[in-house]
Amino acid sequence: MGSEVQGTQTFDKAKRAGLKFSEEAMTTVQTIISHYPDDKRKSALIPVLHIAQAEFGGWLSAETMDYVASIIKIQPIEVFEVASFYSMFHLHPVGKCVFEVCQTSSCWLMGGEDIVKYIGKKLNLKVGETTADGLFTLKVAECLGSCGTAPMLQCGASYHEKLTYEKIDKLIESYRAEGKQKNYTDLDYKNTL
Amino acid sequence: MGKKLLIHNDKVPGIQGLAVYRQHGGYASVEKALKTMTPDQVTDEVKKSGLRGRGGAGFPTGLKWSFLAKPEGVARYLVCNADESEPGTFKDRYLMEHIPHALIEGMITSSYALGAKVSYIYIRGEYFYVARILEVAIKEAYEAGWLGKNILGTDFSNDCYVHVGAGAYICGEETALLESLEGKRGNPRIKPPFPAVAGLWGCPTVVNNVETIAAVCPIVVNGGEEYAKIGIGKSTGTKLISASGHINKPGVYEIELGLPVEEFIYSEEYCGGIRNGKKLKAVVAGGSSVPILPAELILKTAKGEPRLMSYESLGDGGFISGTMLGSGGFIVMDEDTSIVKNLFTFARFYHHESCGQCSPCREGTGWMEKVIKKFINGTANESDVDLLWDIQSKIEGKTICPLGEAAAWPVAAAIRHFKQEFLDIARAKKFVDVSHYNRLNKVAV
Amino acid sequence: MKVTIDGKEIDVPKGTTILQAARMIGHEVAPPAMCYHSKLKTSGGYCRTCLVKVAQGSTANPNPMPKPVASCRTEVMDGMVVENFTSPEILEARKGVVEFLLINHPLDCPVCDQAGECKLQDLGYENGSAATRYEFKRREFEVIDIGEKIKLHMNRCILCYRCVKVADQITDGRAHGVISRGDSSEISTYIEKVIDNDFSGNVIDVCPVGALTDKTFRFKQRVWFTKPVDAHRDCKKCSGKARVWLKGEEVLRVTSRKDEWDESEEFICNDCRYEHKRKSDWVIEGPSPVNRNSVISQNQYQHLNELKVQIMKQQKALGFMDLNKKP
Repeated sequence: MGSEVQGTQTFDKAKRAGLKFSEEAMTTVQTIISHYPDDKRKSALIPVLHIAQAEFGGWLSAETMDYVASIIKIQPIEVFEVASFYSMFHLHPVGKCVFEVCQTSSCWLMGGEDIVKYIGKKLNLKVGETTADGLFTLKVAECLGSCGTAPMLQCGASYHEKLTYEKIDKLIESYRAEGKQKNYTDLDYKNTL
Repeated sequence: MGKKLLIHNDKVPGIQGLAVYRQHGGYASVEKALKTMTPDQVTDEVKKSGLRGRGGAGFPTGLKWSFLAKPEGVARYLVCNADESEPGTFKDRYLMEHIPHALIEGMITSSYALGAKVSYIYIRGEYFYVARILEVAIKEAYEAGWLGKNILGTDFSNDCYVHVGAGAYICGEETALLESLEGKRGNPRIKPPFPAVAGLWGCPTVVNNVETIAAVCPIVVNGGEEYAKIGIGKSTGTKLISASGHINKPGVYEIELGLPVEEFIYSEEYCGGIRNGKKLKAVVAGGSSVPILPAELILKTAKGEPRLMSYESLGDGGFISGTMLGSGGFIVMDEDTSIVKNLFTFARFYHHESCGQCSPCREGTGWMEKVIKKFINGTANESDVDLLWDIQSKIEGKTICPLGEAAAWPVAAAIRHFKQEFLDIARAKKFVDVSHYNRLNKVAV
Repeated sequence: MKVTIDGKEIDVPKGTTILQAARMIGHEVAPPAMCYHSKLKTSGGYCRTCLVKVAQGSTANPNPMPKPVASCRTEVMDGMVVENFTSPEILEARKGVVEFLLINHPLDCPVCDQAGECKLQDLGYENGSAATRYEFKRREFEVIDIGEKIKLHMNRCILCYRCVKVADQITDGRAHGVISRGDSSEISTYIEKVIDNDFSGNVIDVCPVGALTDKTFRFKQRVWFTKPVDAHRDCKKCSGKARVWLKGEEVLRVTSRKDEWDESEEFICNDCRYEHKRKSDWVIEGPSPVNRNSVISQNQYQHLNELKVQIMKQQKALGFMDLNKKP
């Protein structure tokens, strides 16, 4: 955001960008909205943002947020406030596979830091960076509820637990071979290697 | 062998599905409640059972239910708190993943007791795949007539939906959870009013933890008095404990409350002792926010009595020499562990998870993390220990929600019991992470 | 309902908050408040400066409350006993809150446009320490425009949420809000949007610090060199009752009128605020009441004599030489 005032017209980039949910996604969105009373559509915001993030490139652009606002029938700022609050929503482009490595107590006790370092070295990444081919992003996460199977990382819907260097090697190999965007909403998640 | 009521069938093949769950006595509580009991009778049984909230606060569930306002013509809601995010806690995930119907059954029976026609399971976003498992279970329950209109031919109708969050520890706080469920930022509300009066969309609402709701099933089936016979004193029933850290057998264990801590840590039935033959150094007994205790105080109280896994025994000695049962997130640390470094991971966690609404927590959690980081960097002074103590004391009890306390207590306890470690680092101007030996090669592939 | 605050008793109607009751008694017992605003619903509770100790909950339940409570969001009960300035632990807690509010706030009052009318400056002066214990880098944001005439200096924001509540409650289609979380939270408009509606300027008036300022007045003049007068004009959009800040014959700025607690009495429209900068646009009623302790009162001559007497008394008490007496 620059210091120049941009004028007062309503931005409707979503329309300009031609964003539209696939038919299947739209059905899911409508089902989600139906879970709440008619005048409480806003409740559907977070679940719908998950679907939007999965549908439109793995992150939430201004256009995507505009589009979601139009579907939920709320102000775009309300979407932005929420999207920026929750750690699972990415407001900047990320790689197809986002490795979120847990670093809190139990995972740290079991070597979570080593996992971060190992992935970083292997993919030549610092925390927060994405590989040049746009395939992998390395992030650290706070406790993901996998303390008894530490150390662990999450990628999309999948939990990868009791990690070792060998497991990470295999994981990276298989994801690279697939070359597919991993989303939290994926149905074909695999929680073991 | 202690009694098990919640996850005794977790290894039965196919128990995730309705058919097998039903064969093993599933949905008996719904049948019993709907056919033979009034809603108030169900609440009475829960009161008699002495069941206390399993999310961490330990508030008597029956009492919480009895606070629910019941104005004519206003909808009431039951919301299940499946936002499990307290570091060290993963029992709800285990329960929902392995026996999803236990939660659905509890939701229906509890909804009947509360007169809630619609209920929501608010599950943390990271557990998306668990939400899928629950959705499948709910679909099965609808198809078999356990959910929907006129359940078992009675007047009672009930809908149950799963609502996924998106990554925010604070949404485990019940009013933040309700805000989030309303599609807003997870900012805790200022109480009063309490959710029992004005909760979801301003309607009377009960928010209960997953394990609490699942425990309603055996209470209704066997009677509250039977449940109250299990356990010790006011800590009735069983509790799921998430055991992690430097133990031989990490995992989720259902224990009868009153089990000696020593037995839990060392017996083969539970944690199986400390890994690699090391000695026990410290335990965080109830999730990251409860005070850490050194080995001698976790095994025995200050009076020298054996410490038991119960609300009262773990709380014995207050915060001077005791701790809390909390959520049952039991983190074990061996003799090589740096308490300061572990504290740093907690401080970073609370800093990351502060919602930012009120000033002591917003500013204080980040400040504490930065000061502790000085110890990790080896640049801290002795006076930084006093500074840390002062900061935490100015957060505790001054915030809108309990996250302030949750962030302050671990800092206070680490200084209280392990001050020497802080001072040693400050004097040596050097931090050596002794605990940082290569653990990874020891993990079974 | 009877409530006792710092030993002073008052009868108030049901639904009154502790803070309101304290304000009814007077300044000597009223806790400071940064985020509460009497004209904004659901405001308050965030900053924690108004924390008080409830030593007795009510006559029916005389137990004390376990923790300090935000007086702005806690209703009184009959027989409640409250301690504010008489409780050492509350003073200590408040000192802590002030420190928290200041660790990321720039300590550059001399170059801040809000100086002289900043609630945080007053609060720090009255409750803070002389030096900071915070040794780390402070949060930094760019200074941006969030409206045609509104400047946002996020470094100075204390996240009181007042401006968000103004947008929610007195304008249509809120365009700004609080984004991110924890200590990364910031006030922001939605990407590339600006606040633009007839009452948007009120966000400036409710801002207790120098985070939101009026671009038409910014750095034109130190507030204590201006003379505030209460004035009105015929306005179709608002009541037209405003405070006009003069320097000689020039109108430097127009704001809402503030009450003795520095909270807007009535919100005014942008037309009054920005478009009527000639003295002849206004019917001047007279000098605005200004708190004697405010630096602005140095231009308000009616207080001057009283002030001189006070200062002399203090100097005498401290054994100062009486400079007015000839040797």
